Amino acid sequence: MMQLTINGQTQNFDGAVNVSQLIEHLSLQGKRIAIERNGVIVPRSQYTEQKLVDGDQLEVVVAVGGG
Amino acid sequence: MDNLVIAGKTYHSRLLVGTGKYKDFDETRTAVETSGAEIITVAIRRTNIGQNPDEPNLLDAVSPSKYTLLPNTAGCYTVDDAVRTLRLARELLDGHSLVKLEVLGDPKTLYPNMVETIKAAEILIKEDFQVMVYTSDDPIIAKQLEEIGCVAIMPLASLIGSGMGILNPWNLQIIIDNAKVPVLVDAGVGTASDAAIAMELGCDGVLMNTAIAAAQNPVLMASAMRKAVEAGREAYLAGRMAKKLYSASPSSPVSGVIASSSPNK
Repeated sequence: MMQLTINGQTQNFDGAVNVSQLIEHLSLQGKRIAIERNGVIVPRSQYTEQKLVDGDQLEVVVAVGGG
Repeated sequence: MDNLVIAGKTYHSRLLVGTGKYKDFDETRTAVETSGAEIITVAIRRTNIGQNPDEPNLLDAVSPSKYTLLPNTAGCYTVDDAVRTLRLARELLDGHSLVKLEVLGDPKTLYPNMVETIKAAEILIKEDFQVMVYTSDDPIIAKQLEEIGCVAIMPLASLIGSGMGILNPWNLQIIIDNAKVPVLVDAGVGTASDAAIAMELGCDGVLMNTAIAAAQNPVLMASAMRKAVEAGREAYLAGRMAKKLYSASPSSPVSGVIASSSPNK
C-alpha cells in the first residue's frame, strides 16, 4: 500500500505506480498539465521512468484565466 | 514601424491583457481577440484530479500557437511559491521562458512585497527565465529590478483590480525616464482614458484584466482599450502642445472679424 498526496489530497494505491499511470488514473491523459514531485518538476519525458514512492507529494497544475 | 520589443521579440500591440474573471471561455476568446493583444497572461493552478475530466481548458480558447502566453504568479506570497509556480509554467508551456513575476505582500491590497520580489527575480533570472516584473511605483526599486536583469518593469498605476486609474503619474514618469527596458503599467486601469494617460506618459505598454473583464460589455471595452492604447501612444510620439495658463491662443485668424463681434471696440 502506497499513499500519495496529490494537490493536497491523499490517495492510496495498491502496488507500484509511475507518473504516467498516475496521470491515467486521474483521467488527465492528453491534457496540458505540468507535474511537480516533492518540489521538483517532473519533465514530460520522464513520466514513465519516474516511479512514485510512498509519501510523495505531487502538484498537478493547468493554465487558468488570470491577470 | 513603432513596435514594442520585449526580450528581443517584437510585438505590434502595446496592450497586454489577462484572461481572468470572464463569464466563460467564449467571452475570454472574443475579448482577447478584439483587444488586439498579442501577449496574454494566464495563471497556474492545481487541476481537478479526475472529478471533472471534461472540464474545458483555457488553452483551447487562447492557443499558445496564436498568442505569447505570459504565465503569472498571482496569489503567491513567498519566493518559493512564485519560483515553483513559474518552473511549473515553463514545463506546462514547453520551455517558454517569458513570465510575469509578482510576489504579493498583503491579501487586502494585493500590494507587492518588493523585498521578496527581488529575491524571486534573482533566482528566476539565474534559471534563464525572462522576467517581466510587477512592482510598486518606487523608482529606486524599479531601477534595481532592471539592473538585476528583468526584461520589463511593470509598476502599478493603482491597486490590482481597483480601477482607480493613474494615481501617481510623477513616479511613473521617473520610472519611465530612468528605464532602459520597457515599462508597462500593470494594474489599476479602470477605463480607456486611464490607458491613454499611461501611454501619453511614455509607457511602452499597458497590462490590464479587470478593466475589460468587469466592464458591462467586456468585448466593447476591449475594443475601447485597443484604441486608447494606440491613441495614447500616437499622442506621446506626436508630442503634445505646451500647456499655457492664462495665455489663450485662438485657432482662427485674429484679423478680418466683422466689426460688431469684437469685444474691444
